[in-house]
Parts: sequence; structure tokens; C-alpha cells
Amino acid sequence: MTSNRPPILEVRGLRKSFGHLEVLRGIDLEVLPQELVFIIGPSGSGKSTLLRCCNRLEEPTGGSISIDGVDLMARSTDINAMRRRIGMVFQSFNLYPHMSALGNVALALRRVLGRKRTEAEALALAALARVGLAEKANAYPAELSGGQQQRVAIARALALGPKIMLFDEPTSALDPELVGSVLKVMRELKAGGMTMLVVSHEMRFARDAADRVIFMDHGLIVEEGTPEQIFSGPREVRTQAFIAEIAR
Amino acid sequence: MDAWSRFLDAFFKWQLIERYLPAILDGMAVTVEIAAAVVITGILLGLVLAILRAFRILPLSALIVIFADMLRALPPLVLVLLVYFGLPSVGINLPSFAVLWLVLSCVLAAFAEEIFWAGILSIPKGQWEAARSTGIGFVSTLAYIVLPQAVRLTVAPLTNRTLAIAKNTALGMVIGVSEILSQATTGQSFAGNATPLTMGAIAYVILFIPVVVLGRWLETRFAWRRA
Ligand SMILES: Nc1ncnc2c1ncn2[C@@H]1O[C@H](COP(=O)(O)OP(=O)(O)OP(=O)(O)O)[C@@H](O)[C@H]1O
Ligand SMILES: [Mg+2]
Repeated sequence: MTSNRPPILEVRGLRKSFGHLEVLRGIDLEVLPQELVFIIGPSGSGKSTLLRCCNRLEEPTGGSISIDGVDLMARSTDINAMRRRIGMVFQSFNLYPHMSALGNVALALRRVLGRKRTEAEALALAALARVGLAEKANAYPAELSGGQQQRVAIARALALGPKIMLFDEPTSALDPELVGSVLKVMRELKAGGMTMLVVSHEMRFARDAADRVIFMDHGLIVEEGTPEQIFSGPREVRTQAFIAEIAR
Repeated sequence: MDAWSRFLDAFFKWQLIERYLPAILDGMAVTVEIAAAVVITGILLGLVLAILRAFRILPLSALIVIFADMLRALPPLVLVLLVYFGLPSVGINLPSFAVLWLVLSCVLAAFAEEIFWAGILSIPKGQWEAARSTGIGFVSTLAYIVLPQAVRLTVAPLTNRTLAIAKNTALGMVIGVSEILSQATTGQSFAGNATPLTMGAIAYVILFIPVVVLGRWLETRFAWRRA
């Protein structure tokens, strides 16, 4: 990993409060091109909120975020144009139930990029092929397994050619036997050079796919390092406690 | 005369059926026209109001809520009379069928707005977030993601409500719109026999039973692909 390349995602002093509750209390984070950064931390520590601030689904109360050098918070920034460049995958898939898999993937291509129907569908089909679901293009979400739905959701983000993909517990809603298929797609993305920020509890995946692991607690980054450092020799007491907890 | 033929004489007198059939048919045509106009404008206006409300512009939403609550609270007959006798005194003279159309459209719009709004609210937040996260704007998200799902959910309650309000075209009788009930009551008082009213009732059944069946069909059809 060469460190002289500018980061894809740069977060500085990020703060977010919900009313009186301060959920993010000054987060600094850089994600370099092709890097996979893995975020762990106790429930309520602000992991989802951090991810959601990165495409402004949540409005930060302070600090700055830039994607590929563009200030996400600037008034002049077209947030919808930026969101195409920031793929997001949700724990609950959030596929559009009234559209086929192909329709789900093609929608933004048509409505945001203004592609013609045939062109959008060709691109959508290619994206579905990347997640191994080309043959399910005409299936509706209700006809797909959870793992397949999540892969369609990944294809939906992927089709727009994002600079970075944000994953918020992408496998937490899946039956254990379906987790592997989603992780496999994520490994392939990583191998293909995608920049990724992943919140997950899949520690095995973190060990063999993550470049860096970040431990968050109470709205702050407590510790970060290689998977080896964080999982096998954490320095901070809170990290040690958390790792011990999840290892049980 | 036995009871059975007395009954037939009171409700199904053949000479009266023949005599009043043309008037009842005319009434059916008028009822269909007004009901169709009310359904179209009422549902469209209700949808527009629900969409406007989705923008969550506070003063606008407040006005919509006040409109919807007022029109749902007032008995339609009160509104019909109020508008019919009130408007001329401010210099507006509308034909009675226009008054009926206007009032019932607004009443249906009020109910339809609430039904559409409930539908919009019932779409999970994740649907909005998924669309917004791919850069789809607010209006397109509403148009392509939220409304298509919301409208499906509203088909059953909307059909029921529409039916209830379309039947209120019978209120046209009190302001002289020559719809079914108006023709039937006129016939009844001339003939001194309930047969024209029976014919009116049958006319309503003929008109509205297909709508009830259509409602059922739409309900099953739209429920079909949801998980
Ligand atoms: N929209 C909201 N309004 C108010 N409070 C919120 C909102 N979203 C999150 N919070 C609060 O912010 C805190 C952090 O939430 P967040 O979802 O970011 O945690 P998390 O680390 O993702 O937790 P988990 O592992 O359970 O998903 C929690 O206390 C949560 O209750
Ligand atoms: Mg979370």
C-alpha cells in the first residue's frame, strides 16, 4: 500500500449529535484507494452513523468529509452526483419490492445517469453478472433468498461505478449458510481493486480481507491497526475487552 | 288480492316500470357521468395533496390537514346545501350538477389524500435511503419508488371509500340534479307507488356491483407480488 496517493475518503473531526446525544465525537479517518477498512465496535458506538454521514444520509453536525478530493459538505457540491460515487449496502438490503432484480439495478442508471432503457439494462445485467446473479435478472426480490437479495443490492450500487463502497453489516440479516455468498462477492470486489469501508461482525473475513481494522467506542476511534494487531494484540483496554467478548 | 300480489303491486308494478324506465335510464346516465367525474377529480386531487404533503413544507401541510379534516368531518349533505345556497349570494352561480361534482370531488379528495398519505408513510425508511444513496432525487424517489408501492397498498381502502362517495351522488336529489334517486322520487310521488324507487335501487345495484367486484379483483391483483 503506497501512502502517497490521495485518499478516496477523508473524514476530519466528524461530529454528529441527535438532540443532546453526541453519537460521533470527532472522527478522523482516511481510506486510501483500493483499501478495505473494517470497522468494529460495540452496539451504539456510532458505526452506522459514521457510514451514513459519509454519503450524507445523516447530516453531520461538525467536521468535514471529502470523497476523491470533493468536499461533501460544500454548498456547491451536488450531493446526488456524489452519492452515485459512494455505493451503500444496507443490513436490510432495501431492494425495491415492486421491481425485478434488473429493474432494481437499472433504475438509478436510467433516472440518475439518464441512460436509455436498453443501455441501462445491459449495464445492469453486467453488474448482476459480477455478483453471480445474471440468471436471476427477472426475479422479484420476494423470489430471492436473503443472500441473493443482498448481492442484487451490491450490484445496484456497483452499476453506478462507485469510487468507494460502504457496507453496513451486510451479512447480519442473513441465515448463516447464506453469509458466504455475500462475503465471496465482497472478496472479489476487493480483489478487483474496489475501495471499501465495512462495518461487520465477520471477523474471519476481516482477518483475511481487511487492510486495516478500526475499533470504535462511544463515538470515537479508540484504536486502529492491521487485523493481526487488533485481533491478536490490541493495546487499548476497551479493545481488549471487546475482542475478548466477541471471541467467546 | 293476496299478500304476494299486493307486494308486487307496491314495488314491481309493471305499467309503472314501463312508464318510468326511460326516466330511470336517464338518471343512470347522469349518475354515471357525475360519479365518474367525481372519482377522477377526487382521486387525482387527493393524490396531488398527498404528494404536496410529502414535501413537508409546514404551512402547506397544515392547510392540507385542515382541508382533509374539515371535509371528512362535515356530512356531505351539509356541504352540498351550503355550497348550493351559499355561492349565489357571493355572486357565483353554478349549475346544480357542478355543485354536486365540486363538493363530492373535494370530499373524496380529502379521504383519498389521507389514504395516500398513510400509504406513503407506510413505505419503510430504507426504501427512501436506498434510492437516495444511489443519487436518485427526492421527486424521482417519490415517483418511482414510494408512490408505486404506496398506491398498491391503497387500492382496497380507496376503492371502498370511492364507492361510498360515489353513492353520495344521490344527494343531487335535494338540489335538483336529475340523477337516479331524483328521477325515482319524482316518479314515486307522481304515481303514488314505490315501484320507481325499486327501479332506482336496482339501477344503483347494476351500477355499483361491478365496481365492488373490480375492487376485489384489484385487491388480489396488487397484493400478488408482495412478499
Ligand atoms: N436517527 C436517530 N435519532 C436518534 N438517535 C439515533 C439515531 N440514529 C442513531 N441514534 C443513536 O446513535 C447511537 C449510535 O447509533 P449507531 O446506529 O450509529 O450505532 P452502531 O454502532 O451502528 O450500533 P449497532 O452495532 O447496534 O448497529 C445510538 O445510541 C443510537 O440510539
Ligand atoms: Mg449499526
